[in-house]
Amino acid sequence: MDIGLFNYWLAIVIIMIGFYGVIARRNLLKQAIALGLFQTGVFLFYVTMGVYRSPDGVPGIAPVWTDAAKTGPFDNPLPHVLMLTAIVVSVSTLAVAVAIIVNIQRKYGTIEEDEILEADRLSGDR
Amino acid sequence: MHVELPEAIRAHLPVLVVILPLFGGLLSLFLGLLGSIMRGSGGLLAWLWSCLITGLTLICSASLLFDVHAGGPEVYRIGSWPEEYGIGYNVDALNAFVIFVVAMIGFLATVYAKDSVASEISKDRHHLFYAVWLLAICGLIGITVTGDTFNIYVLLEISSLTVYTLVALGGDRDRRALTASLKYLILGSIGATFILLGIGYLLMLTGTLNMADMHAQLVRMREAGELENNRTLFVSFAFLMVGLSLKMALFPLHLWLPRAYTYAPSAVSALVAATATKVGVYMTFRFVFTIYGGVYDSTLDLYLLALCACAGIVLSSLSAIRQTNVKKVLAYSSVGQIAYMVLGFSLANDAGVTASVIHIFNHALIKGGMFMAVGAVVLRVGGNRIEDFKGIGRKMPLTMAAFTVGGCGLIGVPMTAGFISKWYLVEAAMQRGYWFVAFIVLLGGLLALIYVWRLIEIIWFAQPDEPNKQIAEAPLTMLIPMWILIGASVVFGVDATWTAESAHAAAQLLLHGGP
Amino acid sequence: MLALAGSLPTWELALSPVLAIAVPLIGAFLIALAGKWPNLREATTIVTALALLWVVGNLHNFLEANPSTPGGAETLVEVVPGVPLAFHIEPLGMIYAVIASSLWVLNSIYSIGYMRGNNEKHQTRFYVCFALSLASVMGIAFSANMFTLFVFYEALSLATFPLVTHKGTPEALRSGRVYLGILMGTSVCLMLPAMIATWVYTGTLDFTAGGVFTQPLADGNLSPALFGLIFAMYMYGVGKAALMPAHRWLPAAMVAPTPVSALLHAVAVVKAGVFSVVKISVYIIGVDQLRLYQQGGWLIYVAGGSIVIASFIALFQDNLKRRLAYSTISQLSYITLGAALLFPISVRAAALHIAAHAFGKITLFFAAGSIYTAAHKTKVSELDGIGRKMPWTMAAFTIGTISMIGLPPTAGFISKWYLMHGAWTAESKFAIAVLFTSTLLNAAYFLPIVYRAFFRKPAHDDHGHHDHGEAPLPIVIALTCTAAATVVMFFHPDLFAGYAQMLAAAMPQ
Repeated sequence: MDIGLFNYWLAIVIIMIGFYGVIARRNLLKQAIALGLFQTGVFLFYVTMGVYRSPDGVPGIAPVWTDAAKTGPFDNPLPHVLMLTAIVVSVSTLAVAVAIIVNIQRKYGTIEEDEILEADRLSGDR
Repeated sequence: MHVELPEAIRAHLPVLVVILPLFGGLLSLFLGLLGSIMRGSGGLLAWLWSCLITGLTLICSASLLFDVHAGGPEVYRIGSWPEEYGIGYNVDALNAFVIFVVAMIGFLATVYAKDSVASEISKDRHHLFYAVWLLAICGLIGITVTGDTFNIYVLLEISSLTVYTLVALGGDRDRRALTASLKYLILGSIGATFILLGIGYLLMLTGTLNMADMHAQLVRMREAGELENNRTLFVSFAFLMVGLSLKMALFPLHLWLPRAYTYAPSAVSALVAATATKVGVYMTFRFVFTIYGGVYDSTLDLYLLALCACAGIVLSSLSAIRQTNVKKVLAYSSVGQIAYMVLGFSLANDAGVTASVIHIFNHALIKGGMFMAVGAVVLRVGGNRIEDFKGIGRKMPLTMAAFTVGGCGLIGVPMTAGFISKWYLVEAAMQRGYWFVAFIVLLGGLLALIYVWRLIEIIWFAQPDEPNKQIAEAPLTMLIPMWILIGASVVFGVDATWTAESAHAAAQLLLHGGP
Repeated sequence: MLALAGSLPTWELALSPVLAIAVPLIGAFLIALAGKWPNLREATTIVTALALLWVVGNLHNFLEANPSTPGGAETLVEVVPGVPLAFHIEPLGMIYAVIASSLWVLNSIYSIGYMRGNNEKHQTRFYVCFALSLASVMGIAFSANMFTLFVFYEALSLATFPLVTHKGTPEALRSGRVYLGILMGTSVCLMLPAMIATWVYTGTLDFTAGGVFTQPLADGNLSPALFGLIFAMYMYGVGKAALMPAHRWLPAAMVAPTPVSALLHAVAVVKAGVFSVVKISVYIIGVDQLRLYQQGGWLIYVAGGSIVIASFIALFQDNLKRRLAYSTISQLSYITLGAALLFPISVRAAALHIAAHAFGKITLFFAAGSIYTAAHKTKVSELDGIGRKMPWTMAAFTIGTISMIGLPPTAGFISKWYLMHGAWTAESKFAIAVLFTSTLLNAAYFLPIVYRAFFRKPAHDDHGHHDHGEAPLPIVIALTCTAAATVVMFFHPDLFAGYAQMLAAAMPQ
């Protein structure tokens, strides 16, 4: 079934939702989650890139089958592998972000960005 | 001075410079545990270990530099897989130089870090600090040495995450470091993800991840006429440029930098200010010249970069003049200096790219030294606002002399390294006939004169608030690295033949693919 | 004195210009070491100054023996590939070096009297910075290419800054900012790009007879308009020449102690400025090229205007040092005018005036400082009858005045004569008119001071100042020597005139 560029559109939509969340949300944790969403869109983009299409439009086989009978053209496993790494990076980023947010909560008592800015302004920051 | 390492080691130098700090960082964790058993000396042990590791890395990188200068570019295949399928490390005239700069700063900053870390970060976390510190150095060097685009993304993220953590560790002293680090994290991750997107489009287009191979594929496609008005190529370039500009802190995507540099621990500021954004500039070189060079007409994009750079020089210098926190002045100054580098290569001629590469070296020396000096004052006085610096020249003359000489480098006083960079930059602008750009560069120097002179007046001529307070000079572990860097900035300002030739070789390689 | 200095044994050393820079540098170091013992420190200064004079004397002998200029070339280090720090000996530089080294000796003697007489603080810093400034001056004088000149020019700005802000008062710091701001602003924004443009268009920065632009202009690689622009950038880039409107730093610098003003106004900074103007015009730009392509004519008007306007402003200054400062701006523009007239004879006049003005002006400043030290007076209106109490000082002042106006038997007459000759050759009615007008103006603001000092009764002193006499001996010695030199130069102009002649001969006619 040829889905055309639907996946790419979907990837862009997810990226933009994530991006919006990062910019527009005041709560730091929501920003971190939106960042994760932003990166997930990119994963989808890469994996879709790896799909193989034969000249007659027959899609390739997912590159995980070990059954000897499946000999047909496989999808490119490289993007999958790359995205495994990227997922690890994304998770690490989220971990660091959450650690910092926990510390912010301890030091400021809040994780709302506007309240933090207010607290900094009151304590004499420029 | 040339150390002859045994052949067995020489063959693996490209990967050693990455592996050493990587495993060193991991082992540092265990040292900390060991130290806590031995009555809380975990921090000292971790520091000694870090000095050892970064010292070895420096020796390896120096040897690599000599090898490349003598014998030409080196290719190292990880796991002996051919580069098109595996990961290849590629060391040529450009990155041998940058690796050396990063390793040198890494070592000196590590030596410097001992007292600064001891006073700014809580004791139970010192070994963790050094672990992350070494990983950051591993990441930075890794970016510079690799020849594979996805590998560069991974190492970029390693270095970024570790730097976010290091900056956040400043929260022990000043809680604003936490918010600064989080802002840096979010913006940095967005930038890195854009870079990842750009790499994705390139992968889609060329089918490979190795930089040299990508370039070869693009050339082949260009000859076959497949690149006419190719939107994929254009979009990939766009994403990469935005992502890299954010990592390089090019105006107007520099907003994360001032607060991150200001509130980070002093040693971290010194390391990061001297290396992280420079490595970003290096990455831009690799993408713009090595991959896209000759297959993509980037004149319009470079013009836009030049415009951003000019604006960055002027606006960041103007911001620096208004600041009340000394580290913020230096941070805004760094934004301006990065803009010089971008301006250099956006002129895309020999002198311009040479100027850019030479300024990577010169600015690392100057800014590293100046941040170290400020960190020494923070150690002795406890604050880094302008009020804390009043009259401190008389109490800490050696430290402030280093700061003053560094400041002269920022202004571009002849006989300092800063002047050499300005010389090449203005020469490049004039060769292209862009006199306006030349004047912007010199105007930047003049604005630097204003904000540096303001600091110098306060340091040497103002009366301290508490004249009888005893303030000691900085400790030797801080003074020596500081003066090595500042001294080098003067030495390479008086005789710049070595740096100029290295930078020129790198420029030739980037612009013409070889001498 | 110079011949005597040169005839001392040289131990078969081929003295190099680098030694002229090294001697004051080493001196600065030794003075810093001797800081705690004032007499030793002062002695070190004098010895260093004499040593420098001896070195310069030797170089003078060398140049006399080998008039084919330039000689004694020496390259120190290659800073950027193709651009070295290099030195050579040539006549214009020798003029500058000779006045600098000889006047440093006298200025040091004067400083001892002044600094001790006024109980000034931070004297060690003072003498060290003096030595550093003189090292920079020697670097400028003997530079073999534009880059070396630029490096030492900037070094001079920085080395004289602590001297200008010596008093440490807020006013001193403010003036220091104006000083450094204008000098570094002009050099970084104008002289530096002009220098790099020279490098880009001609490929060399070496000082060459006839300038370096002949080939690119003839080939058509460089348009005459751009050439003219580069010339303009050089002229205004040399902020130390105090060409209006970049002159504000000079009156601002008057906040410094008088030995510093004497140094600035006779020896180091201003002469560095006009020396650079003449040197660049002759050896980089090439005055014949300017004539050929009809560029640079505007400079005659700017310099002429500078002369007249500065003299005018001087008329209204009551503070003696400020009056002298505006007089200096005016006199410096004479030299710039000489270069701007673009003929060898006018350049010769300019070179000669560098020397003539130096001796005359330093005498005037010495006198001003002497009056301040002995009588604590700074204003012209306070000077009634002072000639009777301080005869030596005011006699020297009078001689200096006569030199400024340009009357015989002083050095000022000779250089003015040549300048007139140059204006005539260049057929510039404007320049001739300016010269006449300024002579009258000079008389108008100087002669009244002389008149007041000798022919008016002193005003009734209601501050109850104790009666004062002549200034301390070192000051009087220094004054008398420079005044005498001004007169001697009239009768024996050969030293400087000879150099000026060599300079003119080396230029394409």
